[in-house]
Amino acid sequence: MERLAPAGAGAAPSRLLPGAASASARSAVSGDRLFRALLRAVGLGFVLVMLAMIAALAIAAWPAIRQFGWGFVVESNWDPVQESFGALPFIYGTLLSSILALLIAVPLGLGAAIYLAELAPAWIRPPVGFLIELLAAVPSVVYGLWGIFVLAPLLRSWVQPFLGATLGWLPLFQGPPYGVGMLAAGIILAIMVVPFIATVSRDVLLAVPSQQREAALALGATGWETTRVAVLRYGRSGLIGAILLGLGRALGETMAVTMVIGNRPEIAASLFAPGYTMASVIANEFTEATSDLYLAALIEVALLLLVITVVVNALARLLVWSVGGPVKTVRE
Amino acid sequence: MADGIRVLSLSAWFGSQRVLRNVFVNIAPNEVTAIIGPSGCGKSTFIRCLNRMHEVVPGARADGRVLLNGEDVYAPGTDPVTIRRRIGMVFQKPNPFPTMSVFDNVAAGLRLAGVRNRAALHEAVERALGQAALWDEVKDSLGKSGASLSGGQQQRLCIARALAVGPEVLLMDEPSSALDPIATAKIEELILELKKDLMVVIVTHNMQQAARVADATGFFLLGELVEFARTREIFTSPRDKRTEDYITGRFG
Amino acid sequence: MTNLGRRRLIDRLMRRLAALAAGLVVLPLVVIFGFLLYQGGTAVNLDFFTQLPKPVGEPGGGMVNAIVGSLVLLGLAGLLGLPAGILAGLYLAESRDRRLTWLVRFLADVLNGVPSIVIGIFAYTVVVLPMRGFSALAGGIALAIIMIPVVLRTTEEMVRLVPASLREAALALGIPEWKVILRVVVPTARAGMVTGAMVAIARIAGETAPLLFTAFGNRFWHQGLDEPIAALPLQIFAYAIAPYDDWHRQAWAGALVLIALVFLVSLVARFATRRPGGA
Repeated sequence: MERLAPAGAGAAPSRLLPGAASASARSAVSGDRLFRALLRAVGLGFVLVMLAMIAALAIAAWPAIRQFGWGFVVESNWDPVQESFGALPFIYGTLLSSILALLIAVPLGLGAAIYLAELAPAWIRPPVGFLIELLAAVPSVVYGLWGIFVLAPLLRSWVQPFLGATLGWLPLFQGPPYGVGMLAAGIILAIMVVPFIATVSRDVLLAVPSQQREAALALGATGWETTRVAVLRYGRSGLIGAILLGLGRALGETMAVTMVIGNRPEIAASLFAPGYTMASVIANEFTEATSDLYLAALIEVALLLLVITVVVNALARLLVWSVGGPVKTVRE
Repeated sequence: MADGIRVLSLSAWFGSQRVLRNVFVNIAPNEVTAIIGPSGCGKSTFIRCLNRMHEVVPGARADGRVLLNGEDVYAPGTDPVTIRRRIGMVFQKPNPFPTMSVFDNVAAGLRLAGVRNRAALHEAVERALGQAALWDEVKDSLGKSGASLSGGQQQRLCIARALAVGPEVLLMDEPSSALDPIATAKIEELILELKKDLMVVIVTHNMQQAARVADATGFFLLGELVEFARTREIFTSPRDKRTEDYITGRFG
Repeated sequence: MTNLGRRRLIDRLMRRLAALAAGLVVLPLVVIFGFLLYQGGTAVNLDFFTQLPKPVGEPGGGMVNAIVGSLVLLGLAGLLGLPAGILAGLYLAESRDRRLTWLVRFLADVLNGVPSIVIGIFAYTVVVLPMRGFSALAGGIALAIIMIPVVLRTTEEMVRLVPASLREAALALGIPEWKVILRVVVPTARAGMVTGAMVAIARIAGETAPLLFTAFGNRFWHQGLDEPIAALPLQIFAYAIAPYDDWHRQAWAGALVLIALVFLVSLVARFATRRPGGA
């Protein structure tokens, strides 16, 4: 935006009034320049922080990277005593718990978003939207507390015996019902990411121009058909972005998962079995890591987690922006 | 059966604000009817009431009777979905579905109605695009995105989309206000062609356009239908002083 | 037309399903809140707010050090994160350098999605290691990094909402641009920026993971900003995974206090300003 400055005003940029700059105009101009430089420095500093983060982690993880190479991500032994570290069980646990969470959270989150943006009566939208936003504000550790004392016992005494009795022929639902384990982690993660998926998707749907809805309605589409034909198709990429944002949250979620997943570095087929995630192993073992190599290995796990989530989030943002544009985006 | 649209005591509101007052009018079949008036006079609201699109806006409601070939559009139990299939609509800004191809845009209404037969779809799409005078321009690019066409083509695509389901009436809400003069001329030619098959009600802020295309013209002011007559009468010998003032450019 | 009948049926079915989904999304809030009130409500008492934790095995005691510790950490994070976030937000809203602003905005949103535990590790490598010890300062820095992108984006949005006419009117009076921004634009956007700050504080108030190896936790009063400090979320975590019933009760009490704090701040954020367009 080009701003107009009246001729002779003290604020006139010096390039417009080369010789006429009075003393006060000069100080105003240099004040402007200083202010702009300051803002720019902050902006640049922000970019630097991002780079510094990756660099700092890479440097601190270097001993482990050098020692184990690619073996770090494909080996499944994690033995601090022998100083042999393979992070595969954590990568597996992180991916499996997140996928499980998305399986539950995506239909619910999209359904809620469609309801709030398209199908609900107008008076219902603000209070329900507010409740969902509150849900997003509940701290992770509180979910974890609830998971340990309410969800896990519920799974142990009711849900898992039932699943074992009905679907026990599937390897997914075999083994003793501990309560804590992969299933508990997936459910708690689903509860935690669903508000994000719902609110971001709702905002994506609201960004779809109303002319699109009118076009479908005027063709004689019902409410749901309008949503399906005009709104969901138009907002498709943004909705995928919203799901990826949820995935990013699930991948990096730490406390609640640590509290309910069972923390055992094993790769098990059953959802009843305990597991471990990248974030949980850092949370549990970081302060106990006695040797430098152990610490470096944990930092390498953090670096991996950083890279994965940065890629997922970058993709998610580009997709969400493709619908509504970057400036009016969503608050988390 | 074709006795057009009879509007009896139609009023409309946005919240508590009344935007249409007690409109009575008979719109003849197989004619083009233009609705003119200064902006904010209720002319768009009026045609959006005819196919029950007015009530789509939150807080908006309408009261009165609109008889489409004798059947009350607002009768209790009447589904707006069936009404809108019988009364097509074209909007001010062209709004093709950008994620659909040209073909899919035109076929959208039929597919919603459950038509799956490919040959039938093809035939209907070709006929609708022909009616909208767009077939020759797009017949080789039916698979391209609807959003890739020019503005005028997009508007004719929207007309074809509305025509494909075989409506009895076509409502046009300032269909050429976003278009250049050449595209506007094409739309106007098209309207004159279309009236052979169906009735057209067009809202326009352009009095010359009304004079060029319409058989009958209604003049709205502040939510009231001030005068409704043959177009020639409206423009040459209006009965109401307010119509005359508007026609001669004394306000609005 | 039976076809239309089927379409109406599907329409009604999908409306019900969508409403059901919304209900299921909200349900955990009701359930969790119910448990918090039930379990935490019976455990919160005056001691909780006034006493230090008792040694292992002794019942009673409170979390006063953790409550104060959390406030200290929030204060530190706000002191560091708010100015940085607000300045960067102003930069985004006011700069004409399209490419750099795009990058900063993009990175802010990406940083917003970086797991907080990774930010904790970052703070560990750049603060704890050089300082040779866990400290309140390290925790404050970790939390500040988490809040910056939130503050930045809200500030930008709010500054953009200030009408250009207002800005141009001030510029036309001959006031230098930086003064216009600080004296006209920022005050106009202030209410919105306060909201952004509140949203950010609500977000970090419950953060636990980044504090595990920065602030570390402390069973006693902290002895300075260069020493480990207790925090409410850390204490809840430690008590929840410990095998003592009395600690579990205190963990519920802590969770209730924490969530009351978070919701209170969120409510203030929501009603401090009426935003144009709702949201």
